[in-house]
Amino acid sequence: MSTTTPSLYDGDRPLFHLAEEPHHPDGHSTMLGFWLYLMSDCLIFAALFAMYATTAQSFGGGPGPKELFELPLVALNTAMLLFSSITYGFAMLVMEKGNKGATLLWLAITGLFGAAFLSIELYEFSHLIHEGATPQSSAFLSSFFTLVGTHGLHVTVGIVWLITLMVQVGRKGLIPANKRRLMCLSMFWHFLDVVWIGVFTFVYLMGVAR
Amino acid sequence: MSHAPLTTNPIFGRLTFESLPFHEPILIVTFIGVVLGATAVLGAITYFKWWGMLWRDWFTSIDHKKIGIMYMVLGLIMFLRGFADALMMRAQQAIAFGDNAGYLPPEHYNQIFTAHGVIMIFFVAMPMVTGLMNYVVPLQIGARDVSFPFLNNFSFWMTASGAVLTMISLFIGEYARTGWLAFPPLSDITASPGVGVDYYIWGLQIAGIGTLLSGVNLIATILKMRAPGMRLMKMPVFTWTALATNVLIVASFPVLTAVLALLSLDRYVGTQFFTNTLGGNPMMYVNMIWIWGHPEVYILILPAFGVYSEVVSTFSGKRLFGYTSMVYATIVIAILAYLVWLHHFFTMGSGASVNSFFGITTMIISIPTGAKMFNWLFTMYRGRIRFEPPMMWALAFMLTFVIGGMSGVMLAVPPADFVLHNSLFLIAHFHNVIIGGVLFGMFAAINYWWPKAMGFTLNKTWGMRSFWLWVSGFYFAFMPLYVLGLMGVTRRMQHFNDPSLQIWFVIAAFGAVLIAGGIACMLIQFAVSIRDRKDNMDITGDPWNGRTLEWSTSSPPPDYNFAFTPVVHDSEAWWDMKRSGYERPREGFQDIHMPKNTAAGIILAGISVAFGFAMVWHIWWLAALGFVGMIVVAIGHTFNYDRDYHIPAREVVETEDARTSALAAQG
Amino acid sequence: MSNVAVRQLPVRPRTMTAFPFHHARGRLLASIAALGLMPLVSGCSAVVLSPSGDVAQQQRDLIIIATVLMLIIIVPVMVLTVLFARKYRAGSEASEAEYDPDWDHSTGLELLIWSAPLLIIICLGAVTWTSTHRLDPYRPIERLQPGRQIDKNVKPLDVQVVSLDWKWLFIYPEYGIATINEVAAPVDRPITFHLTSSSVMNAFYVPALAGMIYTMPSMETKLNAVINKPGDYEGFSANFSGDGFADMDFRFHGLTDADFDKWIATARQSGRKLDEAGYMKLAQPSEDEPVTLYSGVAPQLYDKVMNHCVAPGSICMRDMMAADAATAAGGEENGGATNMRGMNMQRPAEGPKANPAANATALLPLRGAGLVPPGRKQAPTMTAEASSSTPVADKL
Repeated sequence: MSTTTPSLYDGDRPLFHLAEEPHHPDGHSTMLGFWLYLMSDCLIFAALFAMYATTAQSFGGGPGPKELFELPLVALNTAMLLFSSITYGFAMLVMEKGNKGATLLWLAITGLFGAAFLSIELYEFSHLIHEGATPQSSAFLSSFFTLVGTHGLHVTVGIVWLITLMVQVGRKGLIPANKRRLMCLSMFWHFLDVVWIGVFTFVYLMGVAR
Repeated sequence: MSHAPLTTNPIFGRLTFESLPFHEPILIVTFIGVVLGATAVLGAITYFKWWGMLWRDWFTSIDHKKIGIMYMVLGLIMFLRGFADALMMRAQQAIAFGDNAGYLPPEHYNQIFTAHGVIMIFFVAMPMVTGLMNYVVPLQIGARDVSFPFLNNFSFWMTASGAVLTMISLFIGEYARTGWLAFPPLSDITASPGVGVDYYIWGLQIAGIGTLLSGVNLIATILKMRAPGMRLMKMPVFTWTALATNVLIVASFPVLTAVLALLSLDRYVGTQFFTNTLGGNPMMYVNMIWIWGHPEVYILILPAFGVYSEVVSTFSGKRLFGYTSMVYATIVIAILAYLVWLHHFFTMGSGASVNSFFGITTMIISIPTGAKMFNWLFTMYRGRIRFEPPMMWALAFMLTFVIGGMSGVMLAVPPADFVLHNSLFLIAHFHNVIIGGVLFGMFAAINYWWPKAMGFTLNKTWGMRSFWLWVSGFYFAFMPLYVLGLMGVTRRMQHFNDPSLQIWFVIAAFGAVLIAGGIACMLIQFAVSIRDRKDNMDITGDPWNGRTLEWSTSSPPPDYNFAFTPVVHDSEAWWDMKRSGYERPREGFQDIHMPKNTAAGIILAGISVAFGFAMVWHIWWLAALGFVGMIVVAIGHTFNYDRDYHIPAREVVETEDARTSALAAQG
Repeated sequence: MSNVAVRQLPVRPRTMTAFPFHHARGRLLASIAALGLMPLVSGCSAVVLSPSGDVAQQQRDLIIIATVLMLIIIVPVMVLTVLFARKYRAGSEASEAEYDPDWDHSTGLELLIWSAPLLIIICLGAVTWTSTHRLDPYRPIERLQPGRQIDKNVKPLDVQVVSLDWKWLFIYPEYGIATINEVAAPVDRPITFHLTSSSVMNAFYVPALAGMIYTMPSMETKLNAVINKPGDYEGFSANFSGDGFADMDFRFHGLTDADFDKWIATARQSGRKLDEAGYMKLAQPSEDEPVTLYSGVAPQLYDKVMNHCVAPGSICMRDMMAADAATAAGGEENGGATNMRGMNMQRPAEGPKANPAANATALLPLRGAGLVPPGRKQAPTMTAEASSSTPVADKL
């Protein structure tokens, strides 16, 4: 914990309390707690990936990935999300320097990339549904829509959270509590990026390449 | 097949006047009873003007001790409901032979055994275990609260919301008729079009959020909030088991959340995950729910193991034998918990190699469990054993649990499981380990830590009466089920044709009546102890000559738990302190930093009940409103930065001085 | 409704002997087990402990072996618990004289308490591995009883089982008959059950014959067994399946060859035939169905049930899966099975017929949890011809 650990002994005699209280700084377990939450979220995605893997060829007599997926569109979408992760990284860098205005700017850019990602995904979904490939059509499509949709839902939550934090940073500035929150959102955002790379690889690339 | 109409109304969804069970006399009587009881309780609270106190000191409290007690109260109340279900089942099975159809038609009986299973696991065992960990862990590690106090309050209320939603199903609509794990295709929309499965799904999803967050919270607490000097290998064994359990919770509940979400998509949206056609795979549900379900068993039993470790060591007046092997046994059990799930469905027809792999991993779990058993045994060896109620429960556990362990290993041999699976032998087995393991552990814990939480000891006479009735009732109720299982009788039967079986069911019903006596004695024990509390005050804070840190502070502990954060040199820190002639500090107190109460948790949970109810009944406007409401309240809560305060040193001095004089007065 | 001839068959009472063992090892085990289990089950007919089929008897032996092995640990633990609790109660002589509050470790003891259970589990694990393979329900049985080999010339009796809401349909492809809620087999002739379900999951269980196995919609499980003693045994569903579950039982008759032939003849004389329409009606939920015998059954009915294509014009799962395999293998260029028209689920299956490769994959049987053990190949149970529906009238 702290770098100056007080001695627990008075000479040879063990101490049973310290005159100066060991101080836990505010939110010192927040990062660990949030990381634990992310791991549990990761397991939800793991379950959805497992469901997708078992139904990856259960097309119910309908079309498969080769007929349905348009890789260039998905590649564009992936780029949007990857860019948003980079811009979030810039936001964190300027946050460390205490530059509130620049932090808000980079956060706004991140949000826009996230929104672009969502829009493209919604376009893809509506296109598929329009063509008759609905979540009800086959187990494969159920798993596809659920896995990708759950990720999309997380991005939506991320954007709402991002806007909330922008308001809070705008009001209170880069106080420690807000910095901690930005760090949590940062972990969340990058986590979604990692999950998306999994989705892109296993669902789209391997679906089409197989 | 269902009572629920298929048409939906824009305002009331599927909810109609017919959803209310006016045609069910049993439910009408129950409803009247509940209304009378609730009126009496609410009236009493109003009469004594307790509302403000309840709201300020309890409902909005973020104190881990109060939340722990609220969890226990929730667990005990739901236990009465779950046990009422058990009595009804025992009565039905004792009379429904041949031409006698019993008093419960299948559609009612099937709801009862489903509700019994769900309630006992999710709303009795889980709240009790969580409540206990919540109360004891921070005290044992010398902390003032958990890592995330608000989250703790929120978790409790979400668990309570799930329980409320499940209870609502008793009087509005119906509960699932599928068995407690709701396997599709039986639970899909074709076979179960009613609201029962939806109540099941939303009750568990809402409570599941609470469980998961409390798991995250307690892991962070144990890893980050330990007193100086308390290395991992100096943590009390109960804290170790709590850590293992919470790791299991965080690593298994998301799978339950996911699989129930997929089932709800099948039911609400018409997806094809677990359907029979278009590529659906119901077996995937069975696999996934047991990937959660088996660790769940260890989530319940590990803290009970921790309780027995504390109790046996305290009442034998000895250090726990084999601390290190105890810790490693706990870790091994926690890891193996993930490698055995398939033993719940050997009969699905997986290959012999797959079946024997999972059979053997299951048996391997009995090795660390056996080691634990021997450790408790050798803790008693060369001790001075005091037969107080907690120790009696621990002894009853040691004698009972090994029988359950033995039948468990029998069931782990796949070909033997082929003849015993789904039989009453299986029912006897898991009640043997859950009652003989988890529940006895909870009762030991209640008797053991009650003085700490309440400040006075429990009445021993009534405690012993409860103990003997419970233990004898358990053997009468479940040994016949072992026999019936060997006679090839299967579970979940609403009616039997073979009259020669009846005598065994009558014996089992008699056992259930004995257990009812045990429960009554326990309630009397609480009432008598509260009445006579002045005579049984625990001034010392250490009524049992305890060994861990919670016994070093007063009973009940002050809001801040410890005036000074203790320093730890031994896994049995308080024993070590007492032996070293530790003197309680009387001066040098400082301001203590504490978290503030908040109403956000109970408000969010309240909205989630409305949301869940709306989803069950397809009242879409209310569901949308509830969903938006939860988000708005949650975001609103984050705008509150003023979440803590300091207890001034002056107040600490007052509290500690009062204790000093009380101790002096007692001599 | 129920058949008179069946009622007249010699119905033997269920045996009252608790442990009829047939070999020396069994007798030894029986005497040991009798000590532990006898008080519990004496005086009642515990069918699981005294079954009439060789498979169930081996499973019973396993229960006893496991019990005895476990008792090696359990008994000392229970005895020591009581002993220590008595001896070291506060105030006793031993608790005063021997009290040692700091004694918390002993390397020798700890080795013992870990290794003793370990050794037991190693033994039991070995037993488990071999017995699980020997008693794999998919594996054809290798003996009739201890010391009695199977006559190579006898073909196993093939019985197709369908669990419906809430009754059992048994089809005898060899004899062209079908029955509801009653099944019979000649004594000492191996039986191979092929099992599936119409709507929800059930478990097929005749305790006297062999262990249970799930029946699951769109999937097939198998069970191999033999009955060694003539008798009238109970069978039932051992997996909860809804409101009519409690009465979802049937009789299993172990018959001499002559009685079995008589039973088949009775069924053939019944004059009732089970065609697709009849099956569709049967599949509607109903409770406590009486025993019914059918002299004829629509061809490939079992296959169609398993493939969800009994209804005229419906697509068989098999064809759908074949189309899916073709889609996965190559998409439009290769299989030609899939295009956006594929989204219309009402279309007739046209893809796999044109594609031999797809048909080859269709031959793969569906297996329980989808976990086929390594190194074992399943014999094809379905043929390509099976998927083309022959007019019912042809064979009836």
